[in-house]
Amino acid sequence: MGNGTSIGRVRGLGSAHSGAHHWLVQRFTAIGNLITGLWLLISLVRLPNLQFGTVHEWIARPLPGTLLGLFVLSTFWHARLGLQVVIEDYVHEHANKFAAMALLNLATFAGAGFGLLCVIRLVLGA
Amino acid sequence: MAAAKNRPISPHLQIWRWGPAMLVSILHRVTGDGLAVVGLGVLLYWLGSLAGGDASYNAFLAHAGTWYGKVVLIGLTWAFFNHMASGLRHFVLDIGAGFELKSNAFWSVVTPIVAIVLTVATWATVLR
Repeated sequence: MGNGTSIGRVRGLGSAHSGAHHWLVQRFTAIGNLITGLWLLISLVRLPNLQFGTVHEWIARPLPGTLLGLFVLSTFWHARLGLQVVIEDYVHEHANKFAAMALLNLATFAGAGFGLLCVIRLVLGA
Repeated sequence: MAAAKNRPISPHLQIWRWGPAMLVSILHRVTGDGLAVVGLGVLLYWLGSLAGGDASYNAFLAHAGTWYGKVVLIGLTWAFFNHMASGLRHFVLDIGAGFELKSNAFWSVVTPIVAIVLTVATWATVLR
């Protein structure tokens, strides 16, 4: 264990036991995006038209409503994980990195929250 | 990070000889960023306009029907299929397969082509 490079300072300390979590959740959400994303795309193409009544009536059904809500959750979670890696790759100054991570978390939670609220409103009427 | 201020860093894009694996890796990040920023933005605009009712949804449809709306939607379709194809390639690489030089280069060339074919097929169906 040296004190020069960042790898040198941690070599020999063993596993942090948390490294695989981000990687695994990125894969889990990728599978979620694959299934719900393809479903959404195919469903929209197959709708008879995209007028308000048609789309609203379709989303208000239990299965499309549920899948659309899951699509919002899965994509925003996946985007949060992916953009985190971009920040880690390119923003090295600690204060900027903290600010970028804070902004990313606030933006993705806000976006997912708004998307879910819209889906719930469409499913439960109003 | 007190030490290691002036350590050499990895050379960037301009120094490497371009190859298919490098291209598909960069495309994966570019399309992922595009989907995250533009794609999720459009998704929220779509859902928000639907939740707002008939009038706001028609305003969304009006934007979607213009030339810039079509550019964004076709671009997002391509980004989705490209990210999907290179993402599926990542699943194969994750199990330790496909690293031999020839098969790695082959699937790196195939993924962006698959994405373009699926994008054209989708919009051919939509505009039919």
